[in-house]
Amino acid sequence: MALLNITSPHTHGANRTGRLMRLVVYATFPGIAALTYFFGVGVIINVIFASLACIAFEALVMKLRQRPIAFYLSDCSALVTGVLIGVSLPPYCPWWLVISAAFVAIVLAKQLYGGMGFNPFNPAMVAYVLLLISFPIEMTQWATPLPLLADGQSLPSLVAALDKIIFGTAFPGMIDGYSSATVLDIMKQNPGLVLDDLYKNEPVFSEGRWAGAAWEWVNIGFLIGGIYLLYKKVFTWHAPVSMLLALTLMAAFFYDSGSSNSGGSPIFHLLSGATMLGAFFIVTDPVTSAVSNRGRIIYGALIGVLIYVIRAWGTSYPDGVGFAVLLLNFAAPFIDYYTTPRTYGHKKPRRATDSTKRDGGH
Amino acid sequence: MNSPIKVWELPGGIHPPERKAQSLQLPLGELPLPPVLVIPLNQHMGTPAQAVVQVGDRVLAGQLIGAADGTFSANTHASTSGTVIAIEERAIAHPSGIHSESVVIEADGKHEWIGLTPCEDYQSLDRLDLLDTIRAAGVAGLGGAGFPTAVKLAPKSTQVIDTLILNGAECEPYITADDMLMQVRAAEVVSGTLLLSHILQHPEQILIGVEDNKPKAIAALKAAIAGASVSNPEAAKIRVVAFPTKYPSGGAKQLIQILTGREVPSGHHSADAGVICVNVGTAVAAWRAVRFGEPLVSRVTTVVGEALTTQRNIDVLFGTPISYVLTQHGFDISRASRVVMGGPMMGFTLLDLDAPVGKTINCILAPGKQELPAPQPAQACIRCGLCSEVCPVHLLPQQLFWYAQAKDFDRLEAHNLFDCIECGACSYVCPSTIPLVQYYRAAKGSIRLHDLEKEKSDRSRQRFEFRQSRIAKEEAEKEAKRVLRQKAAEEAKQKLAEKTASIAAAKNDAVAAETTIAPATGAPAAGMPAAGMPATGSPAAGSPAADVISAAVAKAAVVPQASAAEQKAKLQRILAAAKNNLEFNQKPLIPNKTNPVISDEQLVKQQVRIKQAEMKVAEAEKKLADFIAEIGEEIPAVADSAPTVTAAEINDPVAASIARAQAKLAFSPADKLRSNLDSLRLRLEKAEEKVAQAKADGSASLEALQMGTEKLQQKIAETLAELNALDASDKPVASAAAEQTAAQIAIAKAKAKAARMTTMSDEEKHAQQIQAMQSRLQKARERLEKAEAEDDPNIDAFRLGVTKLEERLNEMS
Repeated sequence: MALLNITSPHTHGANRTGRLMRLVVYATFPGIAALTYFFGVGVIINVIFASLACIAFEALVMKLRQRPIAFYLSDCSALVTGVLIGVSLPPYCPWWLVISAAFVAIVLAKQLYGGMGFNPFNPAMVAYVLLLISFPIEMTQWATPLPLLADGQSLPSLVAALDKIIFGTAFPGMIDGYSSATVLDIMKQNPGLVLDDLYKNEPVFSEGRWAGAAWEWVNIGFLIGGIYLLYKKVFTWHAPVSMLLALTLMAAFFYDSGSSNSGGSPIFHLLSGATMLGAFFIVTDPVTSAVSNRGRIIYGALIGVLIYVIRAWGTSYPDGVGFAVLLLNFAAPFIDYYTTPRTYGHKKPRRATDSTKRDGGH
Repeated sequence: MNSPIKVWELPGGIHPPERKAQSLQLPLGELPLPPVLVIPLNQHMGTPAQAVVQVGDRVLAGQLIGAADGTFSANTHASTSGTVIAIEERAIAHPSGIHSESVVIEADGKHEWIGLTPCEDYQSLDRLDLLDTIRAAGVAGLGGAGFPTAVKLAPKSTQVIDTLILNGAECEPYITADDMLMQVRAAEVVSGTLLLSHILQHPEQILIGVEDNKPKAIAALKAAIAGASVSNPEAAKIRVVAFPTKYPSGGAKQLIQILTGREVPSGHHSADAGVICVNVGTAVAAWRAVRFGEPLVSRVTTVVGEALTTQRNIDVLFGTPISYVLTQHGFDISRASRVVMGGPMMGFTLLDLDAPVGKTINCILAPGKQELPAPQPAQACIRCGLCSEVCPVHLLPQQLFWYAQAKDFDRLEAHNLFDCIECGACSYVCPSTIPLVQYYRAAKGSIRLHDLEKEKSDRSRQRFEFRQSRIAKEEAEKEAKRVLRQKAAEEAKQKLAEKTASIAAAKNDAVAAETTIAPATGAPAAGMPAAGMPATGSPAAGSPAADVISAAVAKAAVVPQASAAEQKAKLQRILAAAKNNLEFNQKPLIPNKTNPVISDEQLVKQQVRIKQAEMKVAEAEKKLADFIAEIGEEIPAVADSAPTVTAAEINDPVAASIARAQAKLAFSPADKLRSNLDSLRLRLEKAEEKVAQAKADGSASLEALQMGTEKLQQKIAETLAELNALDASDKPVASAAAEQTAAQIAIAKAKAKAARMTTMSDEEKHAQQIQAMQSRLQKARERLEKAEAEDDPNIDAFRLGVTKLEERLNEMS
């Protein structure tokens, strides 16, 4: 009998990368549902379109690299990138914007670095930031959410949405533009009102409950998805919790009791923009984050601080999640250097470069 | 009774399916005696035992067949009675599929035991005697490592043991051997525990750690403790600690952490944490060794897996082939995915089913194809960190994997690769199914190899550097001496030239006082050999003759130069001394008290000495004649007025040394060779005598002596050949200058050759050498032919020379 020399362990848990990735995709569903409810079918078109584009680019590169395509697609990582791009891009944005984002994410940010597991930067965020800088107008035209639509207006139909996406046809009855400023824009361009007055004057706040119409529910949707992933042990709590905590503390510290100078309340920051999406779907990307739990706490916290800094004092960009994550992607190896855990039988952690031989052991 | 023991949590860890029920359905079984048993001599950790039986011996069960080789080794015993039919390399159950020296016993079916010496009351025995008994019984760790138990039970005096832990955790899936043992032999486990406690001088805490998935074993142990407490109050001290089931709690270091909260320092043993941790099976083996004098010849092993029809635990004799065990349990090879020794987490694939059961085999796992399928292909690491979540020793497995792939040994060391216990938890949870442990094992192996090689190269580098510095030092010393000599020689030359000039001037004055001036004689200094200095003297570095001369001149330079007249006197003195010496040597040898018999050797030596003395005389005469020829005639007054030669003056060190040097130089190569030849012949004669003596005595050194003789003969042949060649080529090796030139030519040739050699590759060098050898051979053959034609008396020597050259040529090519 030819006995294969298979080394231990001979048994394996049921976990697979593809399963983890699919769980991440499922976890985006509450957020996508909320986005679709408030912004219409354009969100779903974005997600589907971006996912297909990402998978196509991944397959293309795998073919070029002469790798088994099905095996590499089975890890579903391209699908996750596609979904994240889909929810990050403004609904009803032009089709070529989605294609460009998928190309940048999969080909430039991921495969050129060596593919799955080798990319130093989060592909979806690279795509988002690159396009934001390149096409600021297209990238910041967020559709007006449902609660703010004028009487008689309704969310665009599927046909109208496709027409707009593919041919750029304006929505009927919305000639002046379908978009409106997000809460983060309004907070940043506060004309000198104390927050109470700002909340009363701006419909986006007055229609909302805690942090602005539509966006608070979108964030809650992503929060639910995040909690589901935590429950499923897809990632540990360290990075997202520390990021949210840091953001909360920064907001509380600079709240300035709601004066006209205030950067916004903690609850406002937690439930606006891409906070929850970032915390549970971007910061938790294992490939580009720090590796140890201690490292991940530092990594998350610094992202939280940076998000607030960009939101409150940054000049031209409304949200800072993408920039903050990319900056900390840079710093992750540095954090790893200082956060190696203490191994059993050692008095203290060892530096990642301390390679002096220890007695015994060999 | 006692307050519950605090149980610490094992960090990380996993919960793989336990699959322990199927092997616990049947009671502990036994196999019929196999026809042939193969007992490996290295069933333990450490040096293999040495076989102490011969092929054909009849052995009894329990008889020592392999004696421990050193402390860190273990005795090996026959597990049944029968005949030793072979002692040879056989396949053993080992991850690398290696073979090991094994004693093969054909069982006679009687299973006859050797006489055993039981011990009723071990408490009365000395600790060391108990350790000896355990060592003699060949007890080694049955948990899997096979560490010699007697070594483990004798901690260093600096290691204060306050806790004894009996390891009954058995955390691996499938394995139930210890569970079964604790259920059916609980009393022996307790007795063994008490014995170990006694040997360890009664540590404060005695714990038996069992995972809480073994309620029957826990109950049995508690009952046994209650029973033992009646006769031995110490038994009440033993605590059975049930702790939550989690893999890998059964590792010694992990169990210590769970039960005491202590960590064994990296690179140290449990004893350094004050704990001795022993497997329950080992405790039973130690107990049986002491109580019944029974050596370790069998163990409880789990036989399990879906490729078998019967799954159970058996008490199996060491040496039973695993194929036999499997056959006895209805093994269906077509259904099996592989056969694993040990559990699915840390066990290894068996490469040869005929390997025997040994001391460390706690489980034979024959899983079905669905049960343990082949591993899936690995995907890319996404650094999800699940591996570091489950790592029980807090490593960063994904980083280790990264660096292992990159073979970055420094980073692996920095990330504590060597603290990895290879439990496999990381591989188990890896969503990309990367065989992480395999990478770590390979990296550890590479690093060990790398370290070994580095150590080796460091050592040779040190050796090389030391040699280089020594050579450099010697060279520097030589160079310094040479420079000194050269300087002194030049000074001497100069002074001599001055002296000669002054002599000439004086002579000129004298002549002027008479009638005519003789200007032709005014400048002899240029042509005069300055104190025997050859004209080409000082710069001829590397020529030994020149060196000797210049050394002598240097010596001479420290004393004031003698005038020409004094020099002449000196030369005369030298001549006189040489004659004296000759006379002395020509005296016949007279037997005296210390030397009653004049041997041939002495005679030959005397002849050599005479010859040398004659040459010295001839040389001195020649020198004097030359000197006189140059200037001597013109200064008769000075010469006449030279003081009479006294013995003291003959010993003038300067003159003597110059004379010696001159003699050496004057000693023509042919003369040198002749004298060499004489002494060689002498030695040969002596050697032959010795050989004859040795032959007569039948001495052991005969061979060496004969070899010596042969060598001498060869040398003589060579010398003769050289001498003849020399005679043939340039018979009158007259002047020192001629030799000088020849030497310089030779030096130039050698230098050129050395220069060529350095630029040549090894192959070219070799070719060159062969060529040179061939030409030498050619010459030697020609000489031999000539000798044959002339019927030369040295023909045999020539023949020998030719054969020797042929041999060397053969060796080279």
